[in-house]
Amino acid sequence: MSATFDVARIRQDFPILGETIHGKPLVYLDNAASTQKPKAVLDTLRHVYEHDYANVHRGVHTLSQRATDLFEGAREKIRAFINARDIKEIIFVRGTTEAVNLVAQSYGRSSLQAGDEILITAMEHHSNIVPWQMLCQQTGAVLKVAPINLVGEIIMEEFEALLTERTKLVSVVHMSNALGTINPVKRIVELAHAKGVPVMLDGAQAIPHMPVDVQALDCDFYAFSGHKLCGPSGIGVLYGKEALLKAMPPWQGGGDMIRMVTFAKSEYNTLPYKFEAGTPAIAEAVGLGEAVDYLQTIGMDKIAAYEQLLLDYATQKALEIPALKIIGTANDKGAILGFTLHHIHPHDIGTMLDQLGIAVRAGHHCAMPVMDFFGVPATARASFSFYNTAEEVDVLIDGIKQIIEVFG
Amino acid sequence: MFDELRDLYQEVVFDHNRNPRNFRVMEDASRKIDGFNPLCGDRITLYVKVNGNVIEDVSFQGSGCAISTASASLMTEIVRGHTEEETHEIFELFHRIVTGEDQRTDFGELGKLAVLAGVRAYPARVKCATLAWHSLEAALKEEAETVSTE
Ligand SMILES: Cc1ncc(COP(=O)(O)O)c(C=O)c1O
Repeated sequence: MSATFDVARIRQDFPILGETIHGKPLVYLDNAASTQKPKAVLDTLRHVYEHDYANVHRGVHTLSQRATDLFEGAREKIRAFINARDIKEIIFVRGTTEAVNLVAQSYGRSSLQAGDEILITAMEHHSNIVPWQMLCQQTGAVLKVAPINLVGEIIMEEFEALLTERTKLVSVVHMSNALGTINPVKRIVELAHAKGVPVMLDGAQAIPHMPVDVQALDCDFYAFSGHKLCGPSGIGVLYGKEALLKAMPPWQGGGDMIRMVTFAKSEYNTLPYKFEAGTPAIAEAVGLGEAVDYLQTIGMDKIAAYEQLLLDYATQKALEIPALKIIGTANDKGAILGFTLHHIHPHDIGTMLDQLGIAVRAGHHCAMPVMDFFGVPATARASFSFYNTAEEVDVLIDGIKQIIEVFG
Repeated sequence: MFDELRDLYQEVVFDHNRNPRNFRVMEDASRKIDGFNPLCGDRITLYVKVNGNVIEDVSFQGSGCAISTASASLMTEIVRGHTEEETHEIFELFHRIVTGEDQRTDFGELGKLAVLAGVRAYPARVKCATLAWHSLEAALKEEAETVSTE
């Protein structure tokens, strides 16, 4: 498909891709839910536990020092990966969900009042809806939702109209997990900043598929999960601009986030540790650092270009099936193909494709409002990664055709 | 190609999915309940007409996969004419069948229940098969859900 992109070689880095499912070679197309892990990451996890493991930030002994160096080294790798100014701006969390909750409960709770507004869009994942609803209940703030159009793009005029002097925070998904839409986030940040409103971006889907530069975007917060980025689960990142993070109160209390504790008062630790209470996911953080190294060796721009070719190919093939309807047809779109088949429920599609070794997701993709908008209970979703191939797209398309045949 | 799936997707399942029985609104229902599977977004509205304690009629509306639609359709046929107590026992039996607790293949006059026995090999799909049944249980139990029959 692309001369410079050796997908056959890349596939050898992923041991799980050799699995067979129901006697068929695995075709893993559920990458938006979670990606598979390259051997380099698996080896790193094992190496940490076999040679370098102890708790971080607290021991004088050698292993503790080694573990701390690796852990902090991973933080630096991630800083460079997203081009943050300083490691103080890289907070380790469990994942995107925890990052949004952190911002809602720390930034939101300390700075929002009754009547203030939080602006999101109609294509958000539940994790970028529910934490704000909880915040609204706590503070009396109001959640506003910018609508989307029928191809699955934010209606920017409406977004602008909803951005008022009452808006105190904007939180938008960078790339939609249900539709694939890549939002014009740079423009969104400009519009919001023009009104003095900070912007949080949910980067869970964007970060595995394209180069992300938080300084170029000028966003105030950026959240992502390690497990969607070829890294381990249980680790993720909240990027925040230093000035904002500095002014924010801690979220959880405990060890590591304090400098001094007496029963009268505790003095909080500096950034980023102020937001990292308790023992973190140590080996997982190191594993995420390794994943970032791995991806950068391939090159995020090369990954983005290859995945676009795959998506174009899959889209073109899908359009040849009359009963198939693609849900999410934005102009700027990442490698996600959400679809429905006339009269065949996505669940049945999912079970039948599985029988052919093909892993797709069937359901509402934690975006029930998106399903409601398109008037479907659920969709089937094939989501691609750079280790997928055009041949796998053919297997998928052939499988879909067989399903249509047996359902008659 | 889908041979291994024959146990799950029997011809009867396809038939009930294509032409669900008692798929209608019941204006004079004595109970009406909405069932929802938050995992997959399947929705069902179940209508039950109870006379004394006998289930005189059951119908449903909604959208779901072939398994949940066929299960609802079969259920409306199976429980009609049974008392509430009997229906509860049938529900329990059905539950044992689809979870694999009851491995029999012959269920006598309740033979239709066995159509969905194949679901036991697909734990992810058991919820699809039981949505209608759980809704029926709730409809029979929940006085609060009772709708008036004018
Ligand atoms: C767009 C988007 N936001 C947020 C999340 C939540 O990520 P996590 O479950 O890793 O916290 C996901 C993943 O499901 C996602 O796709």
